[in-house]
Amino acid sequence: MNAITIGFKNLTRKKIRTTLTVAGIALAVAVLVSLLGFDAGYQKSLSGDIDKLGYHLLVTAKGCPYEAATLILKGGGGLRYMEENIFKRIASDPRVDKITPQLMNSVYNQEGAGGKGAFAMYVGIEHSYLELKPWLKFRWGGWFSGSAADEVIMGYEAAEVEQRKPGDKVFVPGVSKVLTVKGVLKRSGTQDDGVIFLPLATAQNIFELPGKLTGVGVKLKDIGQIADFEESLYNEPGIQVVSLAEVRGTILNLVASARAMAGSVALIAIFVALIGVTNTILVSVFERTREIGVMKALGASSFDVFKIVWSETVIVCALGGLAGVILAISGSGLTAKVIRGMLPYAPQGELVLIKGEFVWMALLAAIVVGLIAGTYPAWRASRMKPVEAIRAGE
Amino acid sequence: MKDVIVRAEKISKIYKLPGEQIAAVKDIDLDIYAGDFISIMGPSGSGKTTLLDLIGCLTSATGGRLTVMGRDVSGAGESCLVKVRRQFLGFVFQDFLLIPSLTVVENVLLSLYFSRQHQDKKRAINVLNLVGLGQRLNHLPAQLSGGEKQRVAIARAIITNPKLLLADEPTGNLDSRASQEVFDLFKQLNEKEGLAVVVVTHNPELGNQAGRVIKLKDGRLAA
Ligand SMILES: Nc1ncnc2c1ncn2[C@@H]1O[C@H](COP(=O)(O)OP(=O)(O)OP(=O)(O)O)[C@@H](O)[C@H]1O
Ligand SMILES: [Mg+2]
Repeated sequence: MNAITIGFKNLTRKKIRTTLTVAGIALAVAVLVSLLGFDAGYQKSLSGDIDKLGYHLLVTAKGCPYEAATLILKGGGGLRYMEENIFKRIASDPRVDKITPQLMNSVYNQEGAGGKGAFAMYVGIEHSYLELKPWLKFRWGGWFSGSAADEVIMGYEAAEVEQRKPGDKVFVPGVSKVLTVKGVLKRSGTQDDGVIFLPLATAQNIFELPGKLTGVGVKLKDIGQIADFEESLYNEPGIQVVSLAEVRGTILNLVASARAMAGSVALIAIFVALIGVTNTILVSVFERTREIGVMKALGASSFDVFKIVWSETVIVCALGGLAGVILAISGSGLTAKVIRGMLPYAPQGELVLIKGEFVWMALLAAIVVGLIAGTYPAWRASRMKPVEAIRAGE
Repeated sequence: MKDVIVRAEKISKIYKLPGEQIAAVKDIDLDIYAGDFISIMGPSGSGKTTLLDLIGCLTSATGGRLTVMGRDVSGAGESCLVKVRRQFLGFVFQDFLLIPSLTVVENVLLSLYFSRQHQDKKRAINVLNLVGLGQRLNHLPAQLSGGEKQRVAIARAIITNPKLLLADEPTGNLDSRASQEVFDLFKQLNEKEGLAVVVVTHNPELGNQAGRVIKLKDGRLAA
């Protein structure tokens, strides 16, 4: 017999009430853990996406920096074009290690996605693209037979969806030319999986954009030169330089407001749960007024009574914390799915990453909530005078 | 010369209400010795419960002097009174007031826990055997009859080896047979264990079995 066992046994007396209170805490903790998990998961997968681009800087036509940021990661409409000759000037800079020009175009295909209609991403590239992304490997076939060949290399998923193998024909909607599949890439876990690649010259030709590029990816010999290098490009007309650190920052800024909102929801949930626990335990203290009086007659000190009531709230909150962590972990897949649908840009990979330290933090938070929530009811209980308590309700 | 357990000298409890004063207990002198078996009787409202609460250090007097085992407790605060209760006193109430979430044996052990004594389960079982409930150790109070509950309450009160057992209408919720059994148990504890007992009762048949009968009227000792 000690304060904790006495408190625990009392909780088992009103099972439904205890369960509901635990559920309140569990929900709040689950929100908190999911939020922390999202924060960590998003940053990690975003960094992963950015690392997999293979370059440090992207040179694009002047425009909105956010557009540029998402353009880099997911491609898409509303593209602006820059002149190819700028690419040649940059390429001659001695600080450049590798450089690759790209021309992106997305084309709507009415027959895509099993007749529902979908955008297909086409990217015109040169061989340097593969040099910047050494992890891109061929599943079947290989590189284009010529720099202006009417051929495509398909990303893993693009090939799966269209059921294409080397030698098959590919029709680009709105384009009369028929292209031949030259190669199919292995799965890379990046946006490249969904892309259909063409030789740059072929892309400029069939999309009627001669001498145009959407972007130039640059990898420097020394990453410390990024700032210098960016500065040297200020004089080039009509372009902007986006470093990947900036891309990361811009995108994190975009989700910052969503994070702040989710954070306040978590805080409010915890606050509401705290009030709920205080209220429940207070009610149970008043219900037990006579029992508390008897305990004092039996020799219980005020602190004994305080400890019993405090134990009860801490037990409720610790159980709630545990249940909340389990809820958050088992529901993380669903949470990721829901969040993915709400974000302007959702990176590949695990969007909700629940680290071990979050579990401990959440449990600790739950116990702290218990200690806070229990203070007032425990104090009220401890202050009861034996005679008045025993005679109460007679 | 017998040991004095409780000495009350002109002890009073006056409730001050707006516009009036109620003297629940007024100038009572009373000595309780080791081995005493006292019953307190008197009409409703005569101050029996109040006197018992005063002796039991459950509340403090507004006047007079009260010593328990030689310690003056008049005017002492709750933190001091609780130590006196823990060490010297045991309580039994009319409606038993067992803790419903705890089993019979746990209810008895609870008393040891609050008294800072070793929670010796064997001792608890012995005491429960003594009150005739050795077979019901793991039952919950709700599974017991009124008479059985009161026996558990008595076991709970005496396990700490108090000097004085205080019972406020312990048979008020029991039929006449169970009442007599509880009273017999008090007598047994008094005679065999030498425990001093003070019982408040409305039942003269029971009350007159005590060694000493105290009658109260309007908060005073009646002749
Ligand atoms: N908290 C209180 N405030 C005001 N008056 C009180 C209080 N408690 C008791 N009294 C009064 O003190 C007097 C004695 O009460 P007490 O409960 O001691 O009587 P009793 O002899 O035990 O009666 P009963 O046989 O009905 O239990 C009564 O007049 C009662 O109204
Ligand atoms: Mg009374």
